[in-house]
Amino acid sequence: MSGTATPREGGAARADDGVPAPGEAGGIPRGPGPAAARPPLVAALRDAGLAALVAAALFVPMVGLRTDVGPSGGGLFIRTRWADVAILVALVFGLRLAVGLWTALRPAPVARPGRAALLARVGVFVAPALLVFALVFPALPGTTRYGLDLGILVLTYVMLGWGLNIVVGLAGLLDLGYVAFYAVGAYAYALLSTTFGLSFWVCLPLAGVLAAFWGVLLGFPVLRLRGDYLAIVTLAFGEIIRILLINWVSLTGGPNGISGIPRPSFFGLGFSAGGGPGSFSDFFGLEPSPTHRVVFLYYLILALALLTNLVTIRLRRQPLGRAWEALREDEIACRALGINVTNTKLTAFAIGAMFGGFAGAFFATRQAFVSPESFTFIESAIILAIVVLGGLGSQLGVALAAVVLIGGFEAFRDLEEYRMLVFGGVMVAIMVLRPRGLVSSRTPSVALGKRRAVSGDLVGQGHG
Amino acid sequence: MSGPILEVRDLVMRFGGLTAVGGVSFAAAAGEITAVIGPNGAGKTTVFNLITGFYRPSGGEIVLNGPAGARALHRMPGHGIARAGVARTFQNIRLFPGMTVLENLLVAQHNRLQAATGFGIGAVLGLSGYRAAEREAVALARRWLEATRLVERADDAAGALPYGAQRRLEIARAMCTGPALLCLDEPAAGLNPRESEELAELIRLIRGQGTSVLLIEHDMGVVMRISDRVVVLDHGLKIADGTPAAVRADPAVIAAYLGTGDEDEAPSPALLPGAAAEGAA
Repeated sequence: MSGTATPREGGAARADDGVPAPGEAGGIPRGPGPAAARPPLVAALRDAGLAALVAAALFVPMVGLRTDVGPSGGGLFIRTRWADVAILVALVFGLRLAVGLWTALRPAPVARPGRAALLARVGVFVAPALLVFALVFPALPGTTRYGLDLGILVLTYVMLGWGLNIVVGLAGLLDLGYVAFYAVGAYAYALLSTTFGLSFWVCLPLAGVLAAFWGVLLGFPVLRLRGDYLAIVTLAFGEIIRILLINWVSLTGGPNGISGIPRPSFFGLGFSAGGGPGSFSDFFGLEPSPTHRVVFLYYLILALALLTNLVTIRLRRQPLGRAWEALREDEIACRALGINVTNTKLTAFAIGAMFGGFAGAFFATRQAFVSPESFTFIESAIILAIVVLGGLGSQLGVALAAVVLIGGFEAFRDLEEYRMLVFGGVMVAIMVLRPRGLVSSRTPSVALGKRRAVSGDLVGQGHG
Repeated sequence: MSGPILEVRDLVMRFGGLTAVGGVSFAAAAGEITAVIGPNGAGKTTVFNLITGFYRPSGGEIVLNGPAGARALHRMPGHGIARAGVARTFQNIRLFPGMTVLENLLVAQHNRLQAATGFGIGAVLGLSGYRAAEREAVALARRWLEATRLVERADDAAGALPYGAQRRLEIARAMCTGPALLCLDEPAAGLNPRESEELAELIRLIRGQGTSVLLIEHDMGVVMRISDRVVVLDHGLKIADGTPAAVRADPAVIAAYLGTGDEDEAPSPALLPGAAAEGAA
């Protein structure tokens, strides 16, 4: 019941794009709270009524009133759609009521060890299965050009998610401006290649280094900030970079961006559509096809993403990675143990930013065009949403969340204007059903005996 | 007795207009257990936070005569003090609850391990020098887990341990930094009599291994039994300094704990050094 109910209802509450739905905050009856004192039906009715009120307030201007172009072609007239509003509000009321009753009446959750063990056993195979699928995906018979492009997009976000996961998930530093590093990487490659004619493979590390440099630069002023304050400064940093890119016209081309960015080559073999001498298809004696480049780009981003993953997994088992996690758990205790908190935070910012820079360079070479429009706050928000929905600190969770969010975003393209509604609904549903993300448990980095996952409830979420 | 491991001279700490510590001097002898006691608000924890670098003193000096010679702690950053050889525990336990017991102990050995990684690059590549260092670190952790009877819980999350075990783990974690001076901030708080007896045993064991101990404690039974020397603070000033027996008999100490007549709020008898020690003896 709730599986269908929550997304719709949540989606309705989210539909006004970002405002955290007044009815939502206080509305969810969280088990035996103050609401439990009242009879469940009354409480649920009251709550549903409130939700319906909020929905009405939102839907009357958004759905109820619509301006259409007049039949003669000149002027606009207002069309009212009260019936649609009534249906939507009734839907919200009914579903909220159902959710309320379901939460109030369901028995207290009991631990089902059998199911948990089964999930854990299945979970072991999920990551290798995903990896194998990602590796063979371009070779699968049903894969279209569109599918490949989507795969590239998803993998870009997987990589960005893994990069941000270092900062947010491991070190517990909430960064709302991660897209700035993505932008630095993209512009670094765009400028270096168009100005100096450097190849992609030279620019890629340079883009990473530059982004890491900016990561440290961001890190310094925010070292002493925590929580909300840290979030605000990082958010501002992201905007500063974007506005700088718009206004520094002589260097970045301003809003027009930079076009004609060279494509990457395969060990010096280009991917030209004509397949002339020295091209990839010519060298391997293949029929020239534009798909080659797409497949190459796919494997390139897959390799970059896997590099991010590998480095993160290895770092987690190193003193540095453990210090990051310790920092997330308790900064004061870290200091008392002689860990240099400043350096530890800066390395987290720098390494996270470096992978953002790599992804940015890839983005620039794939699009052959960069402009500040690609690096708006919404990108940071999506990447952060991937990390949070996936489960802070979990590599597999982040990958799954990227597939669900970015893939889902594309899959619901047919829904047109309702896409954001469904999208928001899916996010709310994940958070309601799995409040600590898709994969909430933490795998210890070292064990004396058998490695046992740590329950997500014990793991700190960072304090900024 | 050998020379002092820690010397505190004319230590002053002011918070705005409030003087929390007003010129305290004492010394903690090497290889001994020195207890700092005093009524609530006497400035014990402030002194502790000054020694461990969480506050910067308004005046005075703190000198550690550690393995690397005399170091002026009051000029060092917080993490430098720990590296110089001062480890501490906290009054309200500060573990890394989402990390396992073993991970907690490895984080404590961060600096030694980090030095073995070669700026992290060698470790990411999996070079053998780091592996050996980590094996050593795990062995040290296992030694302290055995000393604190936590070996069976090594792979459990620290946050899932019972309270007494968390207290012991915090001490084990502090010891894994390899300190010359261990500062314990009310380690017996919230422990039952059997657990505080075990704690006293553990602190003696730590002293036996050559680590000096500085202890803040309210449990007078523990203080009087294990301390070699007791420093009494009241209202930010040192009022007594000597052996447990001498301090117990000191009229100024009794007055500080009982009040001097014009204060009508008498502290609970359990807080009295003499009464508690007799009860426990």
